Amino acid sequence: MSLLSNLKPGGRHGVPSGESRDPVGLLVAGLNRLAQSELLDRVGLRRPTEQAVFTVTRSGFSTLTTASRTFARAGSVAKTGARPQAATTQRGVFDLTPSEDDQMLVDVVTEYAEEVLRPAAGEADDACEAPEAVLKASLEIGLPILGLPESVGGISEERSAMAGTLVAEALGKGDMGLAVATLAPGSVATAIGLWGTEAQQQTYLPAFTGDEVPAAALALTEPSVLFDALAPATIASRTSEGYRLEGVKSLVPRGDKAELFVVGASLEGTPTLFLVESSAAGLSVEGDPAMGVRAASLTKLHLDGVVVGEDAVLGATDGTTYAECVRLSRLAWCALAVGTGQAMLDYVTPYVKSREAFGEPIAHRQSVAFMVANIAIELQAMRLLTYKAAGRAATGKDFSREVALARKACTDKGMQIGLDGVQLLGGHGFVKEHPVERWYRDLRAVGVMEGAVLV
Amino acid sequence: MINLDDPKKFKPLVGQAHQVAMNMLRPISRKYDHGEHEYPQELDMLAAMVDGLSESGASGGAGASGVRRDEGGAEEKTPTGTKNGANLASVMSITEMCWGDVGLLLSMPRQGLGNSAIASVADAEQSERFAGVWAGMAITEPGVGSDSANIKTTARLDGDEYVINGEKIYVTAGGRADHIVVWASLDRDLGRAAIKSFVVPKGTPGMRVDRLEHKLGIRASDTATIIFEDCRVPAANLLGSPEVDTKQGFAGAMATFDNTRPLVAAMAVGCARASLDLTRDLLAKAGVEVDYDRPAVVQSAAAAKLLQMESDWEGAYLLMLQAAWMADNRQPNSLEASMAKAKAGRVGSDITLSCVELAGSVGYSEAELLEKWARDSKILDIFEGTQQIQQLIVARRVLGLSSGELK
Repeated sequence: MSLLSNLKPGGRHGVPSGESRDPVGLLVAGLNRLAQSELLDRVGLRRPTEQAVFTVTRSGFSTLTTASRTFARAGSVAKTGARPQAATTQRGVFDLTPSEDDQMLVDVVTEYAEEVLRPAAGEADDACEAPEAVLKASLEIGLPILGLPESVGGISEERSAMAGTLVAEALGKGDMGLAVATLAPGSVATAIGLWGTEAQQQTYLPAFTGDEVPAAALALTEPSVLFDALAPATIASRTSEGYRLEGVKSLVPRGDKAELFVVGASLEGTPTLFLVESSAAGLSVEGDPAMGVRAASLTKLHLDGVVVGEDAVLGATDGTTYAECVRLSRLAWCALAVGTGQAMLDYVTPYVKSREAFGEPIAHRQSVAFMVANIAIELQAMRLLTYKAAGRAATGKDFSREVALARKACTDKGMQIGLDGVQLLGGHGFVKEHPVERWYRDLRAVGVMEGAVLV
Repeated sequence: MINLDDPKKFKPLVGQAHQVAMNMLRPISRKYDHGEHEYPQELDMLAAMVDGLSESGASGGAGASGVRRDEGGAEEKTPTGTKNGANLASVMSITEMCWGDVGLLLSMPRQGLGNSAIASVADAEQSERFAGVWAGMAITEPGVGSDSANIKTTARLDGDEYVINGEKIYVTAGGRADHIVVWASLDRDLGRAAIKSFVVPKGTPGMRVDRLEHKLGIRASDTATIIFEDCRVPAANLLGSPEVDTKQGFAGAMATFDNTRPLVAAMAVGCARASLDLTRDLLAKAGVEVDYDRPAVVQSAAAAKLLQMESDWEGAYLLMLQAAWMADNRQPNSLEASMAKAKAGRVGSDITLSCVELAGSVGYSEAELLEKWARDSKILDIFEGTQQIQQLIVARRVLGLSSGELK
């Protein structure tokens, strides 16, 4: 590399590629290079650098994926798996009351979110890791089997998109990052329950309904600008014995621990889902920490010529399964946004009533109070849009339009809630003493993240 | 079980209202926008039809009818006890009618806001006596808008009559209605608790329509200034209790708004959908269609805007249905009614104005109705409580603050 191109600034460190350096800039760049030089270290001017080990808290360190357990093959590849029944509504009655079962579930999950997730959220965000105890407790309340039909060891008689939405909302109110970490395995299980063959269900689902639930991740997002989930750059090509996968997936929750991935890839131009066990050769994982949702230990998943069998395709190869998966995942993100938005509203409400300025609570000022009012209004609209999409998904109706509308609201208004929440606390909102800065970072995930969770 | 799809049982009602809007209101929409203050005689026949329908029980509340909390029992409940009743029917049919034309809906004989007030608070004798009237609502005064507790019009008891004095402005259908429900204070020293409403028949000496306004939009609807000079009405025309209960305060009078705000939200939702439906169609002909599965950022700016508007619209629509559903199920809905009106009001403006922009000169020209809807929508973020008043109500409720604390 020539010196000139070496000192060309564009394209790195967030500098646009059109930038150029003037003489002062060149001088400063040279000084900076010197300051980073190992020469300083050799003469003992600086502490030795840390050893380069894999960590999810920093990008750039790559490692192999974890060795998966042996998923014992069972069942018939040719047979369709068990399918949950579409939920039945009562003769098309408009109703905002959750069913008794859903309400009971929400009560349990709310308690878990309040007592387990919220207290652990700050540290988990720092560490980019969900504590073991939090993950264990999520198994006790049955999160991984929530979306599975009874016949394969789950708890739902009917399609549970509504219950899943309410649960994701309740978890999101606790903490979005931990919610994603705890929902990730169940999302993969739900996907297998919805679209798996008998063989896929009998091979993989026993692990999720047992005591030692594996980490698992739905990997759809890719590291490209203007990413379109329906047109993945990851390519699946047919081989004599199955498929070869090539590409990179980003923002994959707990990729370093996951034993099973559902990966989105383009097969002959059509987006398709593939089941990939973590021990597959050619898989590697890299820390991919992001602005928020950090407790979910986000990673990049590299697929370098990963070979999977004929039976690795999950669902249809005509794109319909993939599209439904994307929609159900967006629905889950909407629910998470509603939960986090509610957390924000519940936090700023007492704050603005107790914080005083100019001799009275700031809540007594319209500019502050109206901000809170707008949070409440838009949050409720987000919730209703999400519930409408969920209700249609649960009853087997087309919900592509409804989930798109919900996602638009949860992306835009959800971020506005994050923005206003921090603003209402002023400087206090900007420091980590209060959780609002974390919610601000988390709410930006909605509209960006594809996959990872699903209801 | 949660289900936010439109109630099935109102499908025929909504379909009927849609046909009326399309085939009766739209064809005369521009005519009465131009001919401000001309009486839309076509509506007489329509009103007769609506009356016939409500007598046969088929309408389910097709107009701006008031809604009582205590009527109960009329609609069947589902096994879980959820009711889809008259409130839902009203907002849904008003949405359709305003998809046709807001100004004409407001001019529907015997469907005035005063009728809502009568239906909401009249006793049995009054309900019977005022059945079939067309009543406008007179609250606003030249010096009093949003702070309606501050009105200066007075009603003094003299024998078995009240003597009303004052000036009222912005009385919707005030010129055409045959009755006016007027807000007046029994004693201005006793504050808001002394404010009562009175039904005044047209032709009562001392009440006169002074003038009609020329307006930005809803020109088909007449907006009157009404002067009361020693206007005498029977004491029996006072709606509600004549007692000045300082404890109950203003709540009684304001309760009417809990019922009418979802209706105004419905007007905004209907008007906005008219713009959205036409713009979607015009854009589709120009080759722009929203792909709901693809990210907005990879679609055209017009498609992205359409998606955002549709999302906002649906949010407003669902908040409106929620407020009505709560009323149907006798849940207090003051907060939700204000949420619905706030969201619908601002979304209505954004959508109708943005649709003009998207459609360019086609949208701005009188050759299409887009420019008209962009004028009509503005009032819906003002009357029955402005955007700011709704935010105030929502903020007080959410924050648990009194009107003294959050002014």
